[in-house]
Amino acid sequence: MKEREPLIRLTKRQNMAKSRIWLIRLGALVFAIILGGLVFMIAGANPLTAYGTILSGSLGKVTGIRQVVKTAVPLLGTALALAPCFAMRYWNIGAEGQITMGAMAATFFAINMAKSMPSPILLIVMGIASIVFGAIWAGIPALFKANWGTNETLFTLMMNYIAIGIVGWLQGGPWEGKPGSQIIPMFEQSAVLPKVFGVHIGWIIVLILTVFMYIYMSKTKHGYEIKVLGESENTARYAGMNVRKVTIRTACLSGGIAGLVGFMVASGANQTLYSDVAGGVGFTAITVTWLAQLNPFAMVAISIMLAVLSKGASSIQTTLGVPASISDIITGIILLCMLGCEFFINYKMIFRGKEEYHEEAAPVKPAPAAGEEAAK
Amino acid sequence: MNFNIIGLIRAAIINGTPLLFGTSGEILTEKSGNLNLGVEGLMFMGGAFGLMGAFVYGNAAGDNASGAVAVAIALLCSFGIGCIGSLIFSFLTITLRANQNVTGLALTIFGTGVGQFVGELMRIKVGGNVTISNALKDAFAEPILPEALQKIPVIGQILFSYNLFVYLGVVMALVMAWFMKKTRKGLFLSAVGESPATADAAGINVTKYRYLATVIGGGISAVGGMVYTMTIAGSVWNHSGLSGEGWVAVALVIFCLWRPMNALWGSALFGALLILYLRLPIPFLPTQIYKIVPYIATAIVLIMVSMRQRREDQPPQGLGLNYFREDR
Amino acid sequence: MSETTHAVEFRGITKRFGSNVANDSVDLYLDRGVIMSLLGENGSGKTTLMNMLAGIYFPDEGEILIDGKPVSIKSPKDAFDNKIGMIHQHFKLVDVFTAAENIVLGLKEEGKLDRKVISARVKEIGEKYGFEIDPDKKIYEMSVSEKQTVEIIKVLYRGADILILDEPTAVLTPQETEKLFNVLKAMKEDGKSIILITHKLNEVMAISDVVTVLRKGKYIGAVKTAETNEKELTEMMVGHKISLNIDRPEPVDPKPRLTVAGLTVRDSEGMIRLDDVGFIAFGGEILGIAGIAGSGQKELLESIAGLRHISKGSIIYTPEGKSPAELVGKTPMEIKDAGVSLAFVPEDRLGMGLVGGMGMTGNMMLRSWNKGKGIFVDTKGPEKLAEKVLEDLDVKTPGIDYPVRKLSGGNVQKVLVGREIAQAPTVLMSAYAVRGLDIHTSFTIYNMMTAEKMKGVAVIFVGEDLDVLLELCDRILVLCGGKVSGIVDARKTTKEEVGLLMTKLGGKEDN
Repeated sequence: MKEREPLIRLTKRQNMAKSRIWLIRLGALVFAIILGGLVFMIAGANPLTAYGTILSGSLGKVTGIRQVVKTAVPLLGTALALAPCFAMRYWNIGAEGQITMGAMAATFFAINMAKSMPSPILLIVMGIASIVFGAIWAGIPALFKANWGTNETLFTLMMNYIAIGIVGWLQGGPWEGKPGSQIIPMFEQSAVLPKVFGVHIGWIIVLILTVFMYIYMSKTKHGYEIKVLGESENTARYAGMNVRKVTIRTACLSGGIAGLVGFMVASGANQTLYSDVAGGVGFTAITVTWLAQLNPFAMVAISIMLAVLSKGASSIQTTLGVPASISDIITGIILLCMLGCEFFINYKMIFRGKEEYHEEAAPVKPAPAAGEEAAK
Repeated sequence: MNFNIIGLIRAAIINGTPLLFGTSGEILTEKSGNLNLGVEGLMFMGGAFGLMGAFVYGNAAGDNASGAVAVAIALLCSFGIGCIGSLIFSFLTITLRANQNVTGLALTIFGTGVGQFVGELMRIKVGGNVTISNALKDAFAEPILPEALQKIPVIGQILFSYNLFVYLGVVMALVMAWFMKKTRKGLFLSAVGESPATADAAGINVTKYRYLATVIGGGISAVGGMVYTMTIAGSVWNHSGLSGEGWVAVALVIFCLWRPMNALWGSALFGALLILYLRLPIPFLPTQIYKIVPYIATAIVLIMVSMRQRREDQPPQGLGLNYFREDR
Repeated sequence: MSETTHAVEFRGITKRFGSNVANDSVDLYLDRGVIMSLLGENGSGKTTLMNMLAGIYFPDEGEILIDGKPVSIKSPKDAFDNKIGMIHQHFKLVDVFTAAENIVLGLKEEGKLDRKVISARVKEIGEKYGFEIDPDKKIYEMSVSEKQTVEIIKVLYRGADILILDEPTAVLTPQETEKLFNVLKAMKEDGKSIILITHKLNEVMAISDVVTVLRKGKYIGAVKTAETNEKELTEMMVGHKISLNIDRPEPVDPKPRLTVAGLTVRDSEGMIRLDDVGFIAFGGEILGIAGIAGSGQKELLESIAGLRHISKGSIIYTPEGKSPAELVGKTPMEIKDAGVSLAFVPEDRLGMGLVGGMGMTGNMMLRSWNKGKGIFVDTKGPEKLAEKVLEDLDVKTPGIDYPVRKLSGGNVQKVLVGREIAQAPTVLMSAYAVRGLDIHTSFTIYNMMTAEKMKGVAVIFVGEDLDVLLELCDRILVLCGGKVSGIVDARKTTKEEVGLLMTKLGGKEDN
């Protein structure tokens, strides 16, 4: 194709050194932070002061750190929940609803059983109930996906708003505290997760979950099945895996963990239930999982980074008068930049006239078959 | 509130109009094979920028402000910011081949952030609620057709009593339906969404079609946010007013089976469901349950469609998948 | 048309893919109103050559002349502008569109899209050449032959005078083939030039005026159909036997291991892929399977492995010292556990046997992941196996955890074949096991197959290279169109005999 070689053509990159991959990602992050700085300038604030305020406002004080941890817990928990689904190429974007349903199930026991059970048992019951409900909520779309191929992206999305609506109804109806208040009463102390170092023990639970998810995905038969299925359904069948079972089981596991996150948020952080209990975490977590490339430990780092941003932004509002919603903008910019930079890791741009392409491509082409096969 | 069928129809149509824009824009986008889950963000940005445009103009022009100019500026601002937002999405997914689901969600986070930020910033600058003069408000929200028409019994109210955007939305949806059914470009667009490889082999520029459909579609969706803010929300910035509107629009796309003609009645139906609890309270049916009916209906449609397997009703086959020629 | 200018002429066309030469300085020409068959074995470069005429590839060397004028065909659009149209084996149609909509796809005609006018024109073309087509029928409601019709009309609608059909009859029933040939004749009468890529000799004899033969990318010769016969064409196609000196010991005490009888298999579209296939594979011998690509080799192996729905027939498996068992109706797992191993190298290699994103260890696990109790997978065993395969077969990889997708084709195959042999099977099936491998590695794999045979394993070897089949195998089963065309003794048969069996059922000449 010498005559019409386009100015830039793309090929999939075969290999890139780990160090370079991380350098590109770091570069994207720096680029995003600079872009964020421009946003601060538009808002009339000195970017350096602003970033400084974010850091000092979030990590500078013990209370700030506690806030950060409290924000990071549901984000990390949900990101972990989504990892097996994404490894299976199953687009569960219904974590928001699964969190909400988990929180609802836990709240049911918090409201009705707080007086009749000792606290540890109550908390365990709440935890189990949240897992079961989260799993059911995720299992419904999976059931339809496995049997009829119903699009799971769109179905799980719908399930979010159904869950939020149900809790909204409970909040203003059957579970309402003071009539007309539209608020569910605060939990009894026995239904509240205990604190360790000033933050509810959810942080310990998610750290355990991190290790659990790492082991589950890399060491167990289930994890292996999920990864093979994510690569190719045909290969999974060839290896004797039950595709339907793995799909539903994995979605339920994912929903179960998201449900548990709902329990931690309701019982640990809010000590009550309201329809916005998930507060967008289900969506943000999707980007966390993706950016972490499904690596649980990378999820820890990204969750903390986003939590720092969001907590730091509230101090920006008070000290610099810049609206706190700027944290969403900067989060968005970071996510978009990080998503974009993967391109430079996966693809290689070849400029016109560079013959490099032929050398790269030659060894991977199947030799004698190339002529006939390449045409197909 | 007393039950009044004409009033209900009017309210349904007025409440459905932002959805009509949001949904039609997303239909155009999805027809090209791009699943842009950033509609929520686009509508937020459209709402904030539309208001800002009208507000800035209103302040600058003072008493001489013309309603028509304000409307034009608001339209332009919201459409423009929607195009910019979806251009970011297009660049990331079409050129850089980032995952569409994740990019769309990131755009939602970014867009709601931008919308809130602009709204807040205006509030801080003004030192109170951001709004525009009553004269300008009327240009957005008051009926535009001659009063004589509106006075015709029954149909006058049902057909002729709306603000500009209702008619604009209807015309836009009709034009879009015509474009998709009756023009070559519409046919080619649908081929790009169904099977980019086939379209590519037939000499259709997949990248160009995807970019154009996604960018224009994003602009149209964002106009929906502006319409909401300027008509239903009374031209006042309310930081939670728009929330959820974009997601209903995404649901409606599925409910309409990706057809703009269905969006015409679908948006009115969803608009009705959104306000029905105010108009038609059924004693044993709590208001919140009304609000989830659109989502339940959409989920049921989704299930039915997948079980019936009628090919015409399926989502575009290339939906959500990025196209890379050498993957063939 | 004057005598000296040809409709199409190739002069010294060469195309390389990396270090591999797909077409080596090919010359050929074609006149108006002529049907030419382009004949050659798999991998002889027929499709590649025609893709250069259709604008899919651009030649590295040489020139193409249309009506005596040199042209530069850089894209399918350029091909259309030169009135060239190609019907590929894999149809490119939008399923939810009608035939008419597909036909006008991408055409920048003036005016609005008037479906009635288009339908009328499509019908007109249909009537002219004797097609049966409903322009308003949706593609997903169509049979394969109807889809092919749409593809042909698509090309004619764009005004093509030169039509290239890539293996058009591979997907057709005999009746449909007949219809297609009538259409082709009508087009020929109309002055169109037609190139038929094929390897079916009876069709070559039935339809074409001239035959051009390619072998291993080289132009071998062109003959008038009327002046040749099937034997001569076969010889041109397969060439003379080349001695490879593969070590082939005599089988020791062969015992029936797999007895296949009356095996009939249909594909998802209901087409018969295997038709009443019967044979016995013995333990301690290598049974070669020869055939043109798509003659049912893949389906046969997949059926034995339990991956296909079997319409009729039986597969009796007789393990050493145990009673015979029926395999039909068993799951792939049960068959695998019984000791039947399938080292299938599919065309896309990573499609089924391997997980591209995983390293060698992960791929070794594909066979053993479910072994052992408990929730954890055993990684030690597969790791050891991966290291063994790496060493034995000299796999070039940065490490056993390096994704196999990123390995070169030959190394990917080594991983797959190495894993299957390591399963210590009693039946070892392999398809195209050496495709894309260099000579040295190919011999490594031949020797491994022979070693398995000497252990008493029943080896079934689907191959492409006749020279290899003739020297490696003990017996060769030849498939033709899903039927057993013949089973021959590999030590006594000739290349020509096998070639003829491949291209014609029973291998007997009509004339």
